[in-house]
Amino acid sequence: MEGAPGRSLRSAFLEDGAISRDVVVPEYPELGLIAFASPHDPEPSIRVEDGRIVEIDGTPEAEFDLIDAFLAAHGIDPAVADEAMAIDDLSWARMIVSTDVPRADVLRLVEGATPGKLARVLSLLSPLELMQAMAKMRARRTPSIQGHVTNRIDHPLLIAADAASAVALGFRELETTVPVLRDAPLVALALLIGSQVPAPGALTQCAIEERLELELGMRGLTTYAETVSVYGTERVFLDGDDTPWSKAFLAASYASRGLKMRFTSGSGAEVLMGAAEGKSMLYLEARCLAVTRAAGSQGTQNGGIDGINVTGSVPNGMREILAENVLAALYGLETCTGNDTQMSASDIRRTAHTLPLLLAGSDFLFSGFGSIPTYDNAFGPSNFNAEDIDDYMMIQRDWGFEGALRSKDDATLLPLRRRAAEACRAVLEELELLTFDDAEVERVVHAHGSLDVAQEQTDDTATAGDAVIERGITALDVVRALAARGFDVEAERVLEMTRQRLFGDHLQTSAIFDEDMRVLSALTDPNDYTGPGTGYRVSAERQTEIARVRQERTHAELLAEQAPHAGCVTLAEAGPAAAKVRPDEVVIGVSPAFAKEVWLTLSGVTVGEALRQMLAGIEEEGVHARVVRVTHSLDLGMVGWTAATLSGSGVALGIQGKGTSLIHRADLPVLANLELLSVAPLIGPEHFRALGRNAARHAKGGKPAPVILPESSAAMGPRYHAKVVALITRESACLEPGPARAVEVSWPS
Amino acid sequence: MAELSYPLGEHHRSEVRAQTGRAADELTVEAVRAGRVGAQDAAIDPETLLRQADFAERGGNPQLADNLRRGAELATFPDDDVLRFYDALRPGRSSAAELEEIAVTLEAGGAARCAALVREARAHYLRRGLIS
Repeated sequence: MEGAPGRSLRSAFLEDGAISRDVVVPEYPELGLIAFASPHDPEPSIRVEDGRIVEIDGTPEAEFDLIDAFLAAHGIDPAVADEAMAIDDLSWARMIVSTDVPRADVLRLVEGATPGKLARVLSLLSPLELMQAMAKMRARRTPSIQGHVTNRIDHPLLIAADAASAVALGFRELETTVPVLRDAPLVALALLIGSQVPAPGALTQCAIEERLELELGMRGLTTYAETVSVYGTERVFLDGDDTPWSKAFLAASYASRGLKMRFTSGSGAEVLMGAAEGKSMLYLEARCLAVTRAAGSQGTQNGGIDGINVTGSVPNGMREILAENVLAALYGLETCTGNDTQMSASDIRRTAHTLPLLLAGSDFLFSGFGSIPTYDNAFGPSNFNAEDIDDYMMIQRDWGFEGALRSKDDATLLPLRRRAAEACRAVLEELELLTFDDAEVERVVHAHGSLDVAQEQTDDTATAGDAVIERGITALDVVRALAARGFDVEAERVLEMTRQRLFGDHLQTSAIFDEDMRVLSALTDPNDYTGPGTGYRVSAERQTEIARVRQERTHAELLAEQAPHAGCVTLAEAGPAAAKVRPDEVVIGVSPAFAKEVWLTLSGVTVGEALRQMLAGIEEEGVHARVVRVTHSLDLGMVGWTAATLSGSGVALGIQGKGTSLIHRADLPVLANLELLSVAPLIGPEHFRALGRNAARHAKGGKPAPVILPESSAAMGPRYHAKVVALITRESACLEPGPARAVEVSWPS
Repeated sequence: MAELSYPLGEHHRSEVRAQTGRAADELTVEAVRAGRVGAQDAAIDPETLLRQADFAERGGNPQLADNLRRGAELATFPDDDVLRFYDALRPGRSSAAELEEIAVTLEAGGAARCAALVREARAHYLRRGLIS
């Protein structure tokens, strides 16, 4: 292959990579395509007259748009405004990060600050400082996580089973939505049932049009709401079919029914709707969050969300996203921090988006980890999906951070999925909504996604959904149906979620229920981070749980493959090895455990076969061979060099039990060699033979072409090194001082 | 319900009552099966919301407290009314006169804070030319 003129093969290679499918743009401030500090952002200012706010960020009262007016009336505290605005930006930034300034002091000052001021202050923080700020300022001490549970055909039994899986893995809020709006009531009902099967207390929501969403909540079919969207410019707010006042009224409506609710916003939305007014993304998000706090929402879902790819297209986009999350925490809001939209075609880039937030922690690390396969995500792919669950568990294990998930095997998950699917089927039957046969339950239990269940497209779910609405079915009907069909535990748990609405404890900031139905909120579990040794710490018990991942193997498991090959060759030791028996010889030095404790090399070739091939290669060249065992060192260089000092030709081969091999010569330093095959997993029989041949040629004074292993970009280290260490422990156990020993080689007949 | 402590579901399980006056712990599966529980037995009592508002206020969030107090006012309005009021406040749904009517209805139902919110919205909608 040749490069075209002016274009290298490297460029051609890179342009073909996943990252090259991501398209980014320069900053266009006039379109709002700028993360921080647009030239059109206002100069921060505040003016208070007679206890009334009469100017915000350069806009006088008479020119207040709906957002300014709402903030003046409900958001900014005139009593703190002058004090908060007088602090210079850098001092503000330092207060936010410093562990010496209590969180409560910062929260108090934020009540008097304008959006323009806070946006400017946060633009001063580095990524690391934003992480520190997040750790310090978030509301709840214990991080949690929300999962998406949807499928492309709105299959209610699959929703119930997947909800059960999600809760078993640790998700404490489950969010669903529907491709077909009329399916929503049934899907919400299925989610509610499935969510209470493994443990009580997970909250559920159905993200749909705001009025129907509220109605489902009023019936107790959902237990919280999230898609209460707010925007940073008046025009986009109105295009979103709401005003700050209608949103505030909606917030009160949810409260009035004992339903948890949070607003949602996120940069990029105003750009997408074509009316960012030339303002920076962080400034507009600051306005959204100020409205969120002013309207009395306990929390927010933000950090890109649907606009993540807009924010991701401009320089510093991901720093802006983290700054948004910090800003939400500064407003004292529950932080439900995005990561719910695939932000790149590159696995590296999408992971890099999420990792800093994970390490810093937030109230909900994801506002929708896709707990279901990417293709089933009715919100569109999340940044992490079911396909990535094990990656996530491993990253959590690597860093020991609280990722709020835990590995569960099929022995745990399958019975829960069955129980959820059967409970859901029983309720749908009992309420005369839908029926499913046993075979379908079976498919649902074992399914990875909706492609694994019945694909027949009907209107049944939608019709049943209509019936839920028309017949006024509520959570109490679900309780009755569950109890009538013997699902007593689930009936009690669903009823408890209804009962909790009478207490209203989960209306407080950052409230969730743990699996023992204890309320964790800003009031019962406040973030008390003030530096090392404070705040949330992963307990020893939890650390153990985090460490248990599907890929964990004990040394006994790693070494189990050795035993069946024991005796594939016999090396009978016969006293100290003789030195320089004849000038035309190559000595093969084997490591302490070779054909003693270690029987299979990393490439799957037995040690017997490896030795046979080496001997054959030497013989092909008409050179004599002798085998010795080196016991005083397991280092391959020392094994080979020791053999070389005994070799009449001065040339020797060295081989370890795992298969790593070299050619050595007595006059070279121990750590040098003539040829080395270091990537043991790639060394096949033909390579052992070729290496034997080359050693013989060296012994004859020749200059053979080196043995080249096949090229590979596979990640050998992570795949084999645990096994290497296990094999090394065997080699190590066979170490004995003293000279190399002569061995007689025999093969089983 | 004086001197209650948060969380109510932990410390005051037997004292908290639904709007119907039925105690939370009377809401049992058995009662549901026997048909002795209606939807209103699962409706949060305004008093409870006011207590939660106090907790929020003490927790340093006066806006959340305000929201919970507005919620307390709306708690006794039927679902359909609440949905209708919300819809009326959305852009282009109502005239100034209609919003004033809603404010009056709210006030008559004891929802003074919600009425004030609607009147405030009305004033700003008028000022920004959203309604006439």
